[in-house]
Amino acid sequence: MAEAKTTTAFEPWTDPNAVPYIEIRNVTKKFGEFVAVDNVSLNIYKQELFCLLGGSGCGKTTLLRMLAGFEEPTSGQIFIDGQDMAGIAPYRRPVNMMFQSYALFPHMTVEHNVAFGLKQDNVPKGEIADRVAKILELVKLGSFGKRKPHQLSGGQRQRVALARALVKQPKLLLLDEPLGALDKKLRESTQFELMKIQDQLGVTFVVVTHDQEEAMTLSSRIGVMNHGRIIQTGTPTEIYEFPNSRFVADFVGTVNMFPGRIVDEDNDYVRIGCDEAACTIFINHGVAAPPNAELWVAVRPEKIHLTREAPADARDNCVRGTVDGIAYMGDMSIYNVRLDSGKMIKVTQPNLIRHSEDTITWDDRVFLHWHASSGVVLTL
Amino acid sequence: MSRAGYVPLGERMATASEPLLRTLVRLPLLRWFFNTLGRFAISGRGAVVLVPYAWLLLFFAIPFVIVLKISLADQVIAQPPYTALVQWTEDTYLQIKLNLGNYLFLVQDALYWKAYLNSVKIAFISAFVCLLIGYPMAYAMARAEESWRNVLLMLVVLPFWTSFLLRVYAWIGILNNTGLINNWLIAAGIIDEPITMIRTNFAVYIGIVYSYLPFMILPLYSTLEKLDNTLLEAAADLGCRPFEAFLTITLPLSMPGVVAGFSLVFIPALGEFVIPDLLGGKDSLMIGHVLWDEFFANRAWPVASAVAIAMLTLVLLLMAGQRKLEEKAETAA
Ligand SMILES: Nc1ncnc2c1ncn2[C@@H]1O[C@H](COP(=O)(O)OP(=O)(O)OP(=O)(O)O)[C@@H](O)[C@H]1O
Ligand SMILES: [Mg+2]
Repeated sequence: MAEAKTTTAFEPWTDPNAVPYIEIRNVTKKFGEFVAVDNVSLNIYKQELFCLLGGSGCGKTTLLRMLAGFEEPTSGQIFIDGQDMAGIAPYRRPVNMMFQSYALFPHMTVEHNVAFGLKQDNVPKGEIADRVAKILELVKLGSFGKRKPHQLSGGQRQRVALARALVKQPKLLLLDEPLGALDKKLRESTQFELMKIQDQLGVTFVVVTHDQEEAMTLSSRIGVMNHGRIIQTGTPTEIYEFPNSRFVADFVGTVNMFPGRIVDEDNDYVRIGCDEAACTIFINHGVAAPPNAELWVAVRPEKIHLTREAPADARDNCVRGTVDGIAYMGDMSIYNVRLDSGKMIKVTQPNLIRHSEDTITWDDRVFLHWHASSGVVLTL
Repeated sequence: MSRAGYVPLGERMATASEPLLRTLVRLPLLRWFFNTLGRFAISGRGAVVLVPYAWLLLFFAIPFVIVLKISLADQVIAQPPYTALVQWTEDTYLQIKLNLGNYLFLVQDALYWKAYLNSVKIAFISAFVCLLIGYPMAYAMARAEESWRNVLLMLVVLPFWTSFLLRVYAWIGILNNTGLINNWLIAAGIIDEPITMIRTNFAVYIGIVYSYLPFMILPLYSTLEKLDNTLLEAAADLGCRPFEAFLTITLPLSMPGVVAGFSLVFIPALGEFVIPDLLGGKDSLMIGHVLWDEFFANRAWPVASAVAIAMLTLVLLLMAGQRKLEEKAETAA
C-alpha cells in the first residue's frame, strides 16, 4: 500500500501485487464429526475492516478463535503478517480479541481490566494510567473506572471489553459482536470511533456481526458465511447489488425472488420467463447459464416502482398486483403487494411528499415495474 | 392370627381401606397442624423455615445449654457426677450456685492451653498441607475431560465407603516400625534401622491429611470447575503467560473454594480425637484427647464440659473470621 496508487480508493484486494496481512488457506475446523468451519480461504489486507457476516452458529466465532489461537485448525493454514501461525500460543500472537461473552475479569475493577494487557507488556505505570484513562473516555466510561464488572450494565460491560482490546493497539483486532448490546445512538458513535481508531492507528480489524446494517456501514469488505463456508466476499456494494447466490441476496437486505427459465437470450441480454410474475423479466446483460437451467431473479424492494397507471413500455418487468399492506417507516413505506399469481412482493417507496390525497393505499390495484438493470440473475 | 385363613372383620376392613384411612387421619391432623401454626401467624413457608430452626434448637441449642450448665457445676462422686445448679435450701431459698473454677482451671493449668495450642497448630498445618495437595488435584479434575470428571469425583469420595476407623488403623500397619514402609525400605537396602513414624506428630499429620483431603478437594473442585475458561483465554490474548494467568486470574477467583476447603478441614481437625489417639505420641496431645480423659478417666464432667465450651467458643470465633474472609473472597471474585 505504500506505493502510490492511481486511484484514491482503498482497494488492496483488487491489486494482484498486494500482500495480504492475514491469509487463511483452506482452513477446516471440526468438532468431532461436526464441521464448524469448512474449507475457508480468505485474504485480508492491512488496514481493512473486514466483517464476517452470517447467521447464528455458522462458524464466525470459531474462525475468529482460530485467528486468535484458541483453536487449532483441523486442516489448513493461517498466516498473519507472513508468519505461519501453527503452534503459536495466543499470548505470542500480535492479535487482540474482544470476546462475544466479554470475558471481563470479575475480580478486577474496570481500570484493572483495561490495564491488564498493558501490564503484560511492562508498559511504565504512568503511561498505563494515561492510556487507560484515554480509552475509557473514548468508550464513555471515564467515571466508571473503579467499578467491578458486575456493577455495570450489559452495554457498559461490552464497552469495557472493547476498551480492553483497543488499549493495546495491536496490529490486528478481532471483535466478536462488538456493538450488539449498545443502543442505536451509542452504536453509531462507537462505530464512528472504531473507524477513527482504524484511521489513526492503521489497525486491521476483523469484526464478527450478524447485524447486516452494521456490516454495511463499517466494513471495507464483507465475508458472508453460512454453514461454516464463506459464500461470498466483497465490498458492501458488491454484496448488496451483486449477490452471488440466493443465500447472500436473501441474507443481506430484503429481496423478492422470482424462479424462472431463460426463454430468449443473446450476448447482451436475457429474457426470463417466470410463472409467478406473469411477465417476462428482461435483464440487460448476458448470463452464463445453460439455456434450460432453472434460475432465479432477485429484485430489491427499493428498485421496484409502484404506479396506478401502466408504465409506457409494459412488455417486460411489469406485473400487476393488489396492495395488501403498508408499513409506514417515516422516511419510507414498505408495501406488501399480492400479485395476481398469489405471490407476495415487498416494495419500498421513499416518502417524498409529506401528505398527499393521491398516495397508493390499501387494496389499490397497482403496476410493479423495474429497470432492466435491476434484476440479479442467480443460478445457485 | 390364631386361625389360619381367618382374618377378623375389623382387621380386614382396616387393611382394605388402609390408604384411605391413613389419608383421612392425616388430613385433619395436617390441617390442625397448619391451623395451629397459622394461629401463630406462621405460613406454610414459615413452617419450612421453622424446620431447621427446630432441628438446631433440639440438637444444638438444648445440648449446648446442658453442657454449659454442667461446666458451671462442681464435680461430686454421685450419679450424675456433678452438682445441681439450682437448689432449694431451707425450703424457702432458691440457691443458684455457679462454679467458674472449671474455666479458671483451664487457664491456670498449662496442660489445657498447651493442648489447645497444639490442636490449632496441628489442625492448621494439616489444613495447609491438604490445600497444597488438594489444589493441584482439584485443578486437574476441573480441567479433565468432562466424561472423566464424575469418575474422578467418585474416586475422591470412594474412601468414605470404608469405615474411617479402619482406614486409620490401616495407617498403623503402614507406618509401624515393622510396617509396610519400613519393611520396604529395609528390603531395598536404603535403611538398616526402621524409621520411627508411628506415635509421632508426623503420623498424625498423615492421618489427618489423608482423612480430610476430600473435604478440601470438593469445594475447591466446585469453584474451579465453575471458572469460566474464556477468562484465561482473554488473559492469554492480552499477552499473559499461563503461569501468570494462574496467579492473576485462577487463584484469586478460586479463593472462596480455598477458604471453604480450609475451614472444612481445619475446624473438624481441631477437635480430632481418633487420629492423634491411634497414630500420635506424647507430643500429639490434642484437645479432643484431653476432653476424653477428663470425661471418662477422671469422670470430671464439669471440667470436660468447660473444655468443650471453650473449644466451641474458639471454633465459633474462627468461623466468624472465616465468614469475613469468605465474604471478602466473594466480593473479590
Ligand atoms: N467447542 C465446541 N465443541 C463443539 N461444537 C462447537 C464448539 N464450538 C462451536 N461449536 C459449534 O460450531 C458451530 C459454530 O459455532 P460458532 O460459535 O463459531 O458460531 P457463530 O457463527 O459465532 O454463532 P453466533 O452468531 O451465534 O455467535 C456451532 O454449531 C457450534 O455449536
Ligand atoms: Mg459467535
